[in-house]
Amino acid sequence: MNLTLFGQLASFALFSYLVYRFLWDPITDMLEERRKRVADGLAAAERGQRERELAEKHARDVLHGAKEQANEIIANAQRRADEIVEGAKDDARIEGERIVSAARSEIEQQMNLAREGLRREVVALAIEGAEHVLKRKIDAKTNNEALEKLAAQL
Amino acid sequence: MSGLLPDSSNPVEYIQHHLANLSIGEGFWAFHFDTLLISWLLGGAIVYAGYRVGRNLSIDRPSGMQNILEAVLEFVDDLVRSVLGRGHAMIGTLAMTVFLWVLLMNTMDIIPVDLIPWLAGMLGAEHFRAVPTADPQAPLGMALLVFVLMLYYNIRIKGFYQYMMEFLTHPFGIWLFPINFVMKLIEEVAKPLSLGLRLFGNLFAGELGFLLVALLPFWVQPVPGTIWSLFHLLVVVLQAFIFMVLTVMYLALAHMGHDEH
Repeated sequence: MNLTLFGQLASFALFSYLVYRFLWDPITDMLEERRKRVADGLAAAERGQRERELAEKHARDVLHGAKEQANEIIANAQRRADEIVEGAKDDARIEGERIVSAARSEIEQQMNLAREGLRREVVALAIEGAEHVLKRKIDAKTNNEALEKLAAQL
Repeated sequence: MSGLLPDSSNPVEYIQHHLANLSIGEGFWAFHFDTLLISWLLGGAIVYAGYRVGRNLSIDRPSGMQNILEAVLEFVDDLVRSVLGRGHAMIGTLAMTVFLWVLLMNTMDIIPVDLIPWLAGMLGAEHFRAVPTADPQAPLGMALLVFVLMLYYNIRIKGFYQYMMEFLTHPFGIWLFPINFVMKLIEEVAKPLSLGLRLFGNLFAGELGFLLVALLPFWVQPVPGTIWSLFHLLVVVLQAFIFMVLTVMYLALAHMGHDEH
């Protein structure tokens, strides 16, 4: 046993102190910070995950709503189209009927006109025939009244 | 001889020469220059590396030496926590220092036994032992610091009275206090002694093994030399590890009450 022993003892103490100063303290601080950073990162990742899930759910909801709305719109349009077609059919029928009735009244009118014309002509023919029969000219002026009566009777 | 190595044709002289320290001074006031020089160089290397690494630590991308030192630190810290139940900067630092330092000092044993003494001989040193831990002074000095700290913590944590009661009342109760005292004294003193002597013994044996290999004819040396080196690599690491673990154990025990043993 000699001074080496105590020299070594002191060296050990000194080196330990220096290792503490230069290594142990800074590294444990650094490790603590790293642990915190990793924990923060994990927490952030988890938060991101949760946010993503929420966003996905929201997107699904929106999509679902949009689909429903589209279906509704399509159904409405269908109904509207049906209505329009039905309305058009009705309109067409009414119009047709109107045209038909107009045509009918026209025909009637024409018939009446024709009938009138025929009557006049028949009267004229009858008078002419009668003139021939009587061999004399019936005074148009005097007989006009009688002729009018006759025409009205035909 | 004046610095030149003795001929290996005289084995006893060769080994004795190799087992003598470069000692300066006489008696108690002598100190082994070689032991202190090498251990200071290695300790200085640790402190320098630690300073370089500790000055600019990188949180995100630790590299090289920082990785190694971080790994050692975490390993030591885990050990302290598993023994003591919590972290302890003092015990952890001591254990880390002791592990790195003893590991480096032990590793000196792997350097060819004649190389460093030969170099020292060129500089005029008659003797030079390159392995500080194979010199009983070094391990025992370190163990002595552990012992002093053990006493300090025992008294600080438990109080002087409580600590003395441990001496007097365990393991046989207060009525057999003289026996208790002697047994506890032996137990406490045996701790640093076994701590230091275990390291010294292993490394001394390793050094002796290399010296014996060195005495063989040079063409025989490679095979036993390689085998002994490989085997000794295990011893080098294992003894550094054991010294560290025991340092942690002893200091942690000093922190715990007797019931917690």
